[in-house]
Amino acid sequence: MSAQATAGQSVGVAMKRKEDPRFIQGKGNYVDDLSFPGMLYLALVRSPYPHAEIKNIDIAEAMKVPGVKAVITGKDLEAAGLGWLPTFHGFDKQMVLAIGKVLFQYQEVAAVFAESREAAADGAEVVEVEYEPLPVVADPFTSKTDKVLLRPDREGKTNHIFHWEVGDRDGTARALESSPKRISQRMWFQRCHPAPLEPCGCVAYFDTMGRLQFHVTSQAPHVYRTALALVTGIAEDKIHVISPDLGGGFGNKVPVYPGYVCAIVGALKIGRPVKWVESRTENLTSTGFARDYHMDVEIGATEDGRVTALRVATTADHGAFDAAADPSKYPAGIFGIVTGSYTFPVAHAEVDAYFTNKAPGGIAYRCSFRVTEASFAIERGMDILADELGIDSVELRRRNFIKKDQFPYPSALGFTYDSGDYHKTLDTALEKIGYAALLKEQAEQRAKGELMGIGVSTFTEVVGAGPSKHFDILGIKMFDSAEIRIHPTGAGIVRAGTKSQGQGHETTWAQIVAEELGLDPQTIMVEEGDTDTAPYGLGTYASRSTPVAGAAITMAARRIREKARKVAAHLLEVGEADVEWKDYKFQVKGVPAKVVTMKEVAFAAYTNMGPNEPGLEATYYYDPPNMTYPNGAYIAVVDVDREIGEVKVRRFVAVDDCGTVINPMVVEGQIHGGLTEGFAIAFMQEIQYDSDGNNLNTNFTDYLVPTSLETPHWETASTVTPSPHHPLGAKGVGESPNVGSPAAFVNAVIDALSPLGVRHIDMPVTRDKVWRAIRDAESGKA
Amino acid sequence: MKIAVKVNGSTYQRDVESRTLLAYFLREECGLTGTHVGCDTSSCGCCVVVMDGDQAVKACTMFAVQADGREIMTVEGLATNGTLHPLQQGFWDQHGLQCGYCTPGMLMASYALLKHNPKPSEADIREGLAGNLCRCTGYQNIVKAVQQAAEGGQG
Amino acid sequence: MIPAAFEYLRAHSPDEAFAHLQKHGPEARVLAGGQSLIPAMRFRLARPAVLVDINSISDLAYVRTDGKALAVGAIARDSAIERAPWIGERRWSLIHDVSRVVADPVVRQTGTVVGSLCHNDPAGDWTATALAARGEVVVRGKGGTRTVAIDDFLVDSFTTAVSEGEMALEARFPVPDDRTAGSYQKVERKVGDFATAAAAVQVSLNKNGTIRSVGVALSAAGACAVRVDEAERLLTGQKPSADLVRAASAAAETRSEPQADLRGSVEYKKHLAGVLVGRGLRQALERLGVKL
Repeated sequence: MSAQATAGQSVGVAMKRKEDPRFIQGKGNYVDDLSFPGMLYLALVRSPYPHAEIKNIDIAEAMKVPGVKAVITGKDLEAAGLGWLPTFHGFDKQMVLAIGKVLFQYQEVAAVFAESREAAADGAEVVEVEYEPLPVVADPFTSKTDKVLLRPDREGKTNHIFHWEVGDRDGTARALESSPKRISQRMWFQRCHPAPLEPCGCVAYFDTMGRLQFHVTSQAPHVYRTALALVTGIAEDKIHVISPDLGGGFGNKVPVYPGYVCAIVGALKIGRPVKWVESRTENLTSTGFARDYHMDVEIGATEDGRVTALRVATTADHGAFDAAADPSKYPAGIFGIVTGSYTFPVAHAEVDAYFTNKAPGGIAYRCSFRVTEASFAIERGMDILADELGIDSVELRRRNFIKKDQFPYPSALGFTYDSGDYHKTLDTALEKIGYAALLKEQAEQRAKGELMGIGVSTFTEVVGAGPSKHFDILGIKMFDSAEIRIHPTGAGIVRAGTKSQGQGHETTWAQIVAEELGLDPQTIMVEEGDTDTAPYGLGTYASRSTPVAGAAITMAARRIREKARKVAAHLLEVGEADVEWKDYKFQVKGVPAKVVTMKEVAFAAYTNMGPNEPGLEATYYYDPPNMTYPNGAYIAVVDVDREIGEVKVRRFVAVDDCGTVINPMVVEGQIHGGLTEGFAIAFMQEIQYDSDGNNLNTNFTDYLVPTSLETPHWETASTVTPSPHHPLGAKGVGESPNVGSPAAFVNAVIDALSPLGVRHIDMPVTRDKVWRAIRDAESGKA
Repeated sequence: MKIAVKVNGSTYQRDVESRTLLAYFLREECGLTGTHVGCDTSSCGCCVVVMDGDQAVKACTMFAVQADGREIMTVEGLATNGTLHPLQQGFWDQHGLQCGYCTPGMLMASYALLKHNPKPSEADIREGLAGNLCRCTGYQNIVKAVQQAAEGGQG
Repeated sequence: MIPAAFEYLRAHSPDEAFAHLQKHGPEARVLAGGQSLIPAMRFRLARPAVLVDINSISDLAYVRTDGKALAVGAIARDSAIERAPWIGERRWSLIHDVSRVVADPVVRQTGTVVGSLCHNDPAGDWTATALAARGEVVVRGKGGTRTVAIDDFLVDSFTTAVSEGEMALEARFPVPDDRTAGSYQKVERKVGDFATAAAAVQVSLNKNGTIRSVGVALSAAGACAVRVDEAERLLTGQKPSADLVRAASAAAETRSEPQADLRGSVEYKKHLAGVLVGRGLRQALERLGVKL
């Protein structure tokens, strides 16, 4: 499957990954692999109560446990001015260790530092905390009533966090009112969790120069450095954040967690390195969850199926603190993409967010900043509309697609979609799955009472955050950066402000440089994650790396090529204007025999540069002019076993258009992984809290990750509609499969059950729910 | 308790608490950090090693003291004299890894699988690796990787 | 997730193990596969002061038939059954089916059959299987060794006839005749999950095609795995028929008393119990060449 690239074409080559040798030999360098002399272990004491006042914390017994060195509480942190941490969204703060009360089950209450893992665990077990339970608010609708105020620390004495809206409220209302056809559906995108296999963790110590050396599982190391400087008051040059190999991220490793701050405080106070690595239970119960959007979706249409208006009103459950890691102007993320692939003339979307006694978070799990929620809403909505109109759901989509000659397309909610050929992407999928034959088979199966379903999702998503005009995190604009240096012998190094957690940057960034400079990607080293050496970047999440850092790398490489051209002219003894870059070489215009390779130029840049500046390096900070808009057409075929409610995914075709593809093998791998996550979300994943605020899915026996046996076989293909504004035409793709697939699965199940009149089932679509829906429909109870 | 465990051919003599899990013994006492810990409930398989030649074991669900006198192979023991094991080559060739965290466990579980079933079908592989979770790859290329290794005659 | 401290004792013979258990009584637990015990210890839900490791007692690793029964020693692994050379024989089809769905394929390489029976999780697989197969457990106590019928062995959730200081040595499954087949039907949300519902069925036919004996048991249907006595009563002596299977299913649905949990509601699990007994009977009969 993988191919070797040599000097020459590199972008578009399915090159084997350069980072693999260390991983396949067990020589990866993850945070928990680190050990320093004198290192202490940190264990956190967590609350069993979802909402309670803390009456007292007694650490005496804990301090008696052999090996325990110190125990700190929220009061200690407060005294040091570190009791609260600003959240990445910026408009809220969260407790590091509980102060006065706890607000969710498993919230951090005390930090125990000990000589060994075992001593820390033993110490944590005997910290005595006296709680006085308070009434629990376990859902956002109850929270809305403000009967129980959760956050007295905030100025606004309400559980209502924010109201956000976009679009034409009145115009949309009028259009809906006057539409001959209209559907309306409440959909809950359930709370779930990205659960990367490596949990979060860090090792912190202050070195002999008083610098904080902070090794941490971070998808955004520079942002961490700046945030830590602002929060702790330590000068930013004295903070060194190193994000080593990360065992998956999926948005889980973007927020700054209490354990990190406690580790730093411990390292400072005790004067020894401190390691904190959470358990899986801690990861699932306290780190950034994803989704939890209750959406009321309304779509208006004409009799012949042209959409007239879209209205979505959402109630968002943010948990105890607003730690949704959104860009600051987007409290509801980029939910405005909810008009999807369709030409809605008018639309309105609003989100009201509430606090509850649950873990904080909301932005994670390949969500592209709420694009997963928006995409689910529109793709489910279109299917429900198709059902209502009696029009085939594929035909309905086709009728309303943005046409390829309409790009750049200004959506009703303010986005300018860059490019796409939705009809082509859909047709490719339909052909690959054999849609016509499937429809025929479905008719035959239905005649026999069998439940076979075909589900389509034709999503457009938005990634590449983002243009400085609109996007910032804690005020820092969302550009990204690259620094490239080519060595005398034609090898080189590229450093970027992104941080791969498995996306293959050590290979793909080298491919870009190799392509632009006609060098061998095998000898272009890629470095990310070390804030002392990497140029400032906003990190890797929301599929932003290729659109933003990939562009920065391309532009930096082109700057190098411009410098190199001068040296080439010197070597070729002609004027600069007479040198052109052709077939990966510098050539004298019109004289093909007179060429010089980049490798030769590199050597000359150090040994024979003439009047030119010595060396061959460049830096580029890229402020994207727009977001990018990857799209896809996914089709799922399912067979439902009505007796047990089991849904078998018979086939799944995913056609993605992410513009120019750097490494098709890497992209395909990303699609496989994302589809598997979408499959899990659709059928088996949920972080549930009962009405008393108890978290019911605290480990992998209850929060389900599918195995190789449940996971379907994925069939992938692509169309290519380059982004007109990206220097490579690349759009990014990591989130797409998670954005587009849940609706495909649910649409397929509902399609299977549609002869029975079943209209919607909330995810996860479990066997019990399917069986019940069938039974209720058949007995007329629905 | 004083124990002696043979790991990848070398004997490690250490004094450990009875409750020290084999996974932490390998990582911290033996310095072999290739074996990973990913969950609390023996669900994820990141910690799989091979005991006594062909028994795949979740090292987080075994105490180091149980391994006293036994032989353990970890991912670090797969390659011989710098030559990658066909399974390692398969994972690399077939893009069977992304973040690399599940990879050592997958490799060792595959190793044991091929010992007992040198010519597994795709279904056999999917069944045989169902004790190992992956979040990145969706398993499809992992299956191809094991198939490649099996075809090369590495049962 | 670090266990509490404990004292580790390694036994090299059954006598040694027994002596340790007798000495330490309720403070001690047997460590065989440990695939249920160790996770419980990591959560500190189990905190034995003493662990008696029996994995070095090679005398207890056997899987053998002694004419009357398949005898599975205390440290024989699930995978030893899964890979047994005779596992493809029709008479063992119930055991064949279950041996492939217990836990996951790695855990099976260390987990033990006897250990599962002693653990007696309400949703365990070997317990329901042992009921359907009319198995027995050999237990060593102060007064010597005794053989306990599985119906008497399974007392309550996580409680068996093995008392303080005692030790289970062997599980026995009577060797079925060659007109016997079985089936294990398990609905699980994913590999490694406990059963949402499961049914174990084993049917033996007379020469004239009537049912000579049958075992029907459910997992995840009560405090322990349960025998569906009513189904067995209905089926015994009868000629197999679709109506009979339906009646047996209905009996199973009635007999099932599951807890609602994340796997499903009471209603759903009861329904599943009936469906799975029906499917199990059909498959067992099909294996015997009887198509309904």
